[in-house]
Amino acid sequence: MQWNPKHSPPVDQTAVEERVARLSSRSLKNTAKVQALRLALSMIDLTTLEGMDTSGKIQALCEKAMHPDPSLADLPSVAAVCVYPIHVRQAKTCLHESGVRVASVATAFPSGNSTLALKLQEVQFALEEGADEVDMVISRGEFLKGNFNAVYDEIAAVKALCGKHRLKVILETGELSTLGNVRKASDLAMAAGADFIKTSTGKLGKAANPVVSLVMLEAIADFYRLHGKRVGMKPAGGISSAKSALAYLVLVYETLGEAWLTPELFRFGASSLANDILLQLGKEERGVYYNKTYIPAD
Amino acid sequence: MGKENKSGENFSWSYAPAPESPDQIKLRHRYDLFIGGKFKKPSAKKYFSSINPATETELAEIARAGAKDVDQAVKAASTAYNKYWKKMDAAERGKYLFRMARMIQERSKELALIESIDGGKPIRESRDFDVPAAAAHFFYYAGWADKLEYAFPNRRAESLGVAAQIIPWNFPLLMAAWKIAPALATGNTVVLKPAESTTLSAMKLAEIIRDCDLPPGVVNIISGFGDTGEMLVKHPQVNKIAFTGSTEVGKQIQRLSAGTEKHLSLELGGKAAHLVFEDAAINQAVEGVVNGIFFNQGHVCCAGSRLLVQENVLEEFVTKLKARIEKLIVGDPLDKNTDIGAINNKAQLSKIVDYVQIGKGEGLEVYQSACRLPEKGYYFRPTLLLNAAQSNRVVQEEIFGPVLTVQSFRTIEEAIEKANNSAYGLSAGVWTEKGSRILNLAAKLKAGVVWANSYNKFDPASPFGGYKESGFGREGGLQGLLPYLNLS
Repeated sequence: MQWNPKHSPPVDQTAVEERVARLSSRSLKNTAKVQALRLALSMIDLTTLEGMDTSGKIQALCEKAMHPDPSLADLPSVAAVCVYPIHVRQAKTCLHESGVRVASVATAFPSGNSTLALKLQEVQFALEEGADEVDMVISRGEFLKGNFNAVYDEIAAVKALCGKHRLKVILETGELSTLGNVRKASDLAMAAGADFIKTSTGKLGKAANPVVSLVMLEAIADFYRLHGKRVGMKPAGGISSAKSALAYLVLVYETLGEAWLTPELFRFGASSLANDILLQLGKEERGVYYNKTYIPAD
Repeated sequence: MGKENKSGENFSWSYAPAPESPDQIKLRHRYDLFIGGKFKKPSAKKYFSSINPATETELAEIARAGAKDVDQAVKAASTAYNKYWKKMDAAERGKYLFRMARMIQERSKELALIESIDGGKPIRESRDFDVPAAAAHFFYYAGWADKLEYAFPNRRAESLGVAAQIIPWNFPLLMAAWKIAPALATGNTVVLKPAESTTLSAMKLAEIIRDCDLPPGVVNIISGFGDTGEMLVKHPQVNKIAFTGSTEVGKQIQRLSAGTEKHLSLELGGKAAHLVFEDAAINQAVEGVVNGIFFNQGHVCCAGSRLLVQENVLEEFVTKLKARIEKLIVGDPLDKNTDIGAINNKAQLSKIVDYVQIGKGEGLEVYQSACRLPEKGYYFRPTLLLNAAQSNRVVQEEIFGPVLTVQSFRTIEEAIEKANNSAYGLSAGVWTEKGSRILNLAAKLKAGVVWANSYNKFDPASPFGGYKESGFGREGGLQGLLPYLNLS
C-alpha cells in the first residue's frame, strides 16, 4: 500500500489531552463494570520480557494465562502470553489447546538496532518455534532521520514472512518525541502491513499512556475509513490498574466503536494488570475487597 | 493456532446509569424576594412555578416581583450604596468578595445539582464548569477591589451607584457571578433579576450573600418575568444597567434607557462561525466543533453554530462529525455520563423544533443522532443542517440549541466574508496549523473573541463581549471593570 508522510494529518496535543481528560470522567458501574473488567482480562497479553526469564517463570506465566483465578467462576483466559523467541516453544507446549496464543517479540527487541537479515532470521526462528503472533519493533533511529522507506520496507518484509500470523508493530512512542510523529509512524506501520500497532516495548520509562493511545486509535479509525481494514491496537507498559484499563476501553469504544472491543483487535501488554482486575472482579462478586494474598501470584 | 478464546463474543458496550441523587439537596417549597438582606414575600403575593426541564415537574414556587417590590429593591440598593458600600474601605469590599467566592466553593456540590435540576444542563458541566467558573470570577474581582488606581493609573475611578442587572437562563449562576462580582468590586450596589425559568441558583446565591454578612441591600435579588425587568430598567434611581440576553430585548432596553443618564452594557446573541482549514488537525477540530455547538445544549451565546469547512476536506469532516455525534450521550442531566442534557424550557424547545423545520423547508439536509431520548422532558437530538448557504434563515438567525449549520468555502477571502456576513459578532473559531493564518484571521474576523484550535475557553482574566448586534461593553478582565466606573 502506498504511503506518503505528507498525508498524515497534524495532531493538536492540547486538544488530545482535553479529550482524554473528558473521557476519563466516564463512569462505569455495576454490570457494565463487571462486563468491562472481564473483557479487559480477556484482552491481556500476559508478558514477561526479562533477562532473568527461566523455564520456571514461563511455566508459571502460562498457567496463570489459562486460569487466572480458579476461585472466581467462569473467568475468561487472557488473550496471549508474550515472551522472547527462546521461550516460545515451551510456552506453546504448555498452553497447548487452551486457546491462549503465544506472542513473541522479535527484530532485535527492544532497540531494533540490527540488520534486516538478522531481524528476519529472528522472526523466522520465532515462527518455527510455534509463535502465533509476532511483536516487532520499528527502527526509531531511521524514523527520526526521516528514512521512512527503510522503516516501511522492514515492516513489509517482516509481514511477508509472518504471512497469516498476526504482526504487531511496536512504535516505541516514548522515543518518537511528538504526537505528530506518533501519528505518522502509525500510518506508516498500517500501510506497510501491520495487523496491530503497539505503543511501547515496556523497556522505557515512557510507556503507554492514554494520550498517545488516542492518537493511534484515531489513526486506526482513519485507516479503516479509507481502506476498510480493521487494524488492532495494543497499549503496552505501565498499565497496572483495572481502573486505567477501563479508561482505555472507554477510549476504544468512543473512538472506534464496539467492533474493536474484542481480543482480536485490542490487547493490553501488561504483567501485573491481571491481578488488579481479579481483585476488582472479586470485589464485585463478593461485595468486599478480599485479601490480596488470595489472588494467585505470578 | 488454537481455538478462539471465549470472551468478547456478542459484546455490547454500555455505561450503566450513574446518576447523582437529587436527594442530596433540599429545596424549599417557596422562594421569596431577597431585598435589603432579608427574604420578603412579594407585595402582590404572586408566585410562579419553576419547572425541572428533564422531568417536566414543578420544583418550587418562585415569587413574582411587582412594581412595589422593584421599587423597594432599588431603594434598598440605593440606601446601602450611600450608607455602607460607597464609604467602605476598598480592601474591606474585597474581603466580602473573597468570602463569597469561598462560600460558593464550599457549597459547590449543592449549587451544581441545583443548576442541573433547574436548568437541565449535564451535571458534568455544572460541576466542572459553571460552579468553579463562578467562584473563580469572584476570586478574580475580589483582587481588583483595592487596586483600581493601578488598573487606571493617574485617573480617578468612581463607582456609579445602583446597578440593575438582568441575566439569562443559560448559565444562571455564572452570569450572576459575572454581573455581581465586578459591580461590587468597583463599589456599586446591585439589584439582580434572574431569568424566570432558572431562579433557584440565584436564590441559593442570595442565601450565601446573607450568610456572609454582606451589609443589607448591597445585593438584592428579585425574581420575575420580563415585566419585572422592564420596571427595573425604568426605575429612576438606577444608575447602571447590565443585561445579558437576546438581541431583541437588548434593543428594547436601549430604547427604554435612551435619554437617561443610565450607563448601559449589553451582552447579546451570537451566530459564531467555525472556520476549518484543510491543514487543521482534523480529528481535534471535529472534537472542538462538537464541543463548540453542543456545550450546554447549544444554549450559549458564543456557541459555534455555523460551521464553515474548506471544500477539499468537507466530505471527510462531515463523515467524522456524523460519526462523532452518534456517540454523544443525551439524557438525564444528573447522570455523570451525560453529554447533552435537557433543553432549558418548553418555549425554547419549540423554537428549536421550528428552526429545524425551517431548515428542512429551505431544502437543507437534516442529520440527527439516532440516540434514544427519554420519554419525559424537553430533549432534542444533536442536529446537523447540511449544505447550508448564507441566504438560509437558519444561517442568519440565532437558534440557541444543539443545531449546527454546515457550509463550505474555497478561499480564505470567502471564509472571512461568510464569517463576517452576520448581524452578530460575538465569537469565532479558527482551526488551522498555520500560526500566521491565525493571526491574520484574528484581525479580520469581526468578533469579540476569536478562539484558535480551541473553543469555549473562559477565564475571569480574559475580557468577553461582542461586536455589532452582539452588544457592547466587556465582562471579565481589567476591561470588565470599565462598565461599572466613571473615569475622570
